Amino acid sequence: MVGAIALVFLVIVPLILPVSRLQILGRFLSLAIVALGIDLVWGYTGLLSLGHGIFFALGGYALAMNLSLQLPEGQIPEFFSLYGVEKLPWFWAPFNSFPFTLLAIFVIPAAIAGLLGYVVFRNRIRGVYFSILTQAALVVFFNLFNGQQKLINGTNGLKTASAELFGGQVGSPDVQFKLYMLTIVLLVGAYVLCRWLTGGRFGRLLVAIRDDEPRVRFSGYDPTAFKVLVFAVSGAIAGIAGALYTVQSGIVSPQYMDIAFSIEMVIWVAVGGRATLVGAVLGALLVNWARVLLSERFPEVWLFFQGALFLIVVTVLPDGIIGWFRSGGVNQVRSLLGMAPPVSTFPAVDLNEEIQREREIVQQKDS
Amino acid sequence: MNKILDIQDVTVSFDGFKALNDLNFSMEPGELRVIIGPNGAGKTTFLDVITGKVQPTTGRALFKGRNLRNLPEHKISRLGVGRKFQTPRVYLNLTPRENLELSYNRHKNLFATLLGKPSKGDREEIAQLLAIIGLAAKANIPASVLSHGEKQWLEIGMLVAQSPDLLLVDEPVAGMTDEETERTGQLLISLAETHSIIVIEHDMEFVRQIARQVTVLHQGSVLCEGTMDEVQNDPRVIEVYLGEPQEEVTA
Repeated sequence: MVGAIALVFLVIVPLILPVSRLQILGRFLSLAIVALGIDLVWGYTGLLSLGHGIFFALGGYALAMNLSLQLPEGQIPEFFSLYGVEKLPWFWAPFNSFPFTLLAIFVIPAAIAGLLGYVVFRNRIRGVYFSILTQAALVVFFNLFNGQQKLINGTNGLKTASAELFGGQVGSPDVQFKLYMLTIVLLVGAYVLCRWLTGGRFGRLLVAIRDDEPRVRFSGYDPTAFKVLVFAVSGAIAGIAGALYTVQSGIVSPQYMDIAFSIEMVIWVAVGGRATLVGAVLGALLVNWARVLLSERFPEVWLFFQGALFLIVVTVLPDGIIGWFRSGGVNQVRSLLGMAPPVSTFPAVDLNEEIQREREIVQQKDS
Repeated sequence: MNKILDIQDVTVSFDGFKALNDLNFSMEPGELRVIIGPNGAGKTTFLDVITGKVQPTTGRALFKGRNLRNLPEHKISRLGVGRKFQTPRVYLNLTPRENLELSYNRHKNLFATLLGKPSKGDREEIAQLLAIIGLAAKANIPASVLSHGEKQWLEIGMLVAQSPDLLLVDEPVAGMTDEETERTGQLLISLAETHSIIVIEHDMEFVRQIARQVTVLHQGSVLCEGTMDEVQNDPRVIEVYLGEPQEEVTA
């Protein structure tokens, strides 16, 4: 199923869409990757992170720093001269190495997420306090990057379009096409990873932590370790997404750590359906697609629309689109239209309320 | 030191209010002990101390001779203390089978849980357990649709799956029908053959069914101990339960 959809995106979509549109779709698919990471911590483990912009931006910066360093020996990136910096700041040096950069894209965000998580979870900070802390951390990182002109070009961010990658300029259609393909491969990879994490006993323990953490302790598990791991994995996923998004947008800037952007990530997951991986991907694609459609024509209404969308999801579809679908949404629509639900067995059995109820539950479980 | 549980002079005070007041209590391995007492007597705080949820202000709690002070809840649980809560606390979004699997898991650290799989033997044990608690037919539907009594049983099952040495059972028959209560009693009695059990209960009919030794708590300390008959005829117990009006107020 997932493979089939991925093939459609890999083979058929490129035939239909011009590369300029593919680039936009590729960006959305990278956002879908970060949505998977959010779903893992929020949907499954109940940790509402409002700070995933940190990890997203860190991944983007790691790759952009490497690309900015494609210079003749002894030179340093041009923006430094604007601020009178003559020597490359020390922390730039390792990013000369491409293999190091590839690791840094996900290891640095994972390490920071793990550290933040360890401090917070060990002290049993939960719920809304956790969310506030992640948002505060986001503001700290935003200001750190935004204010440091001399270290990381501050507000202006780092541009990537003219650097070389995969044997061409990053901004060229050819490389953008390759990046689109790579994004799909990594999205499938992230999906498979999340599927594996949430599928077995480990995933059920995450749900248990979400639903009743004290009970988990009394059953002999230490929730801290599990939450730290999941948060770190989620940070790593966000870092990869950020790197892909950066090279497909041509720039990374502190705006990636804008508060609103991190909240948007949560909205995508809420729209698609918490604790359903497909929902996270679908939500990210749908909301961003709607944004492009709407903001191309009516740029001023997009934010109102997004707010309304969130309100609708919270009040009418608390389980998101996929959740609604799985809990018999199709039949609801049918009954609104005056049609009977599809009959598949003996009517007397179908009329028995108890059996109906239990069957629905079994179906939910199976789907 | 062969006592499974030994509570020595434990006081727990919350902002000056003493939920437990110089409590002494001990239990031999294999005992089934019922603790009764009016509301506010400190029964739940007593379990909180044993399971590490609350630290004693003074005194110490020993489990199998080991001091439990400063041990986090999950470590105490791994030592062999299982707890069933007053209201059934099962994971509602998981099925009974999944609930039991989580409790049954013998290696509860991070990587064993992530990478390990329940063995064939484990799955058979879990299937047996499901049969014992009468949920074999409902093993694969979410626990949220079980009846109250079934949830209580599932939680007892989770406790047993942990294979603890000491079971702490807080009001297992609250909200159950008479028949369910009777069956729960039988279940606890059969569990008592292989475990040490502390049951906290209000339902005197039920206490009479299962109790061998009864401890009465009152205002954070042990009022008296003995068989059900002894306890019921103790004038102090009658006074506490039938009560002077002022006792009712403190409750």
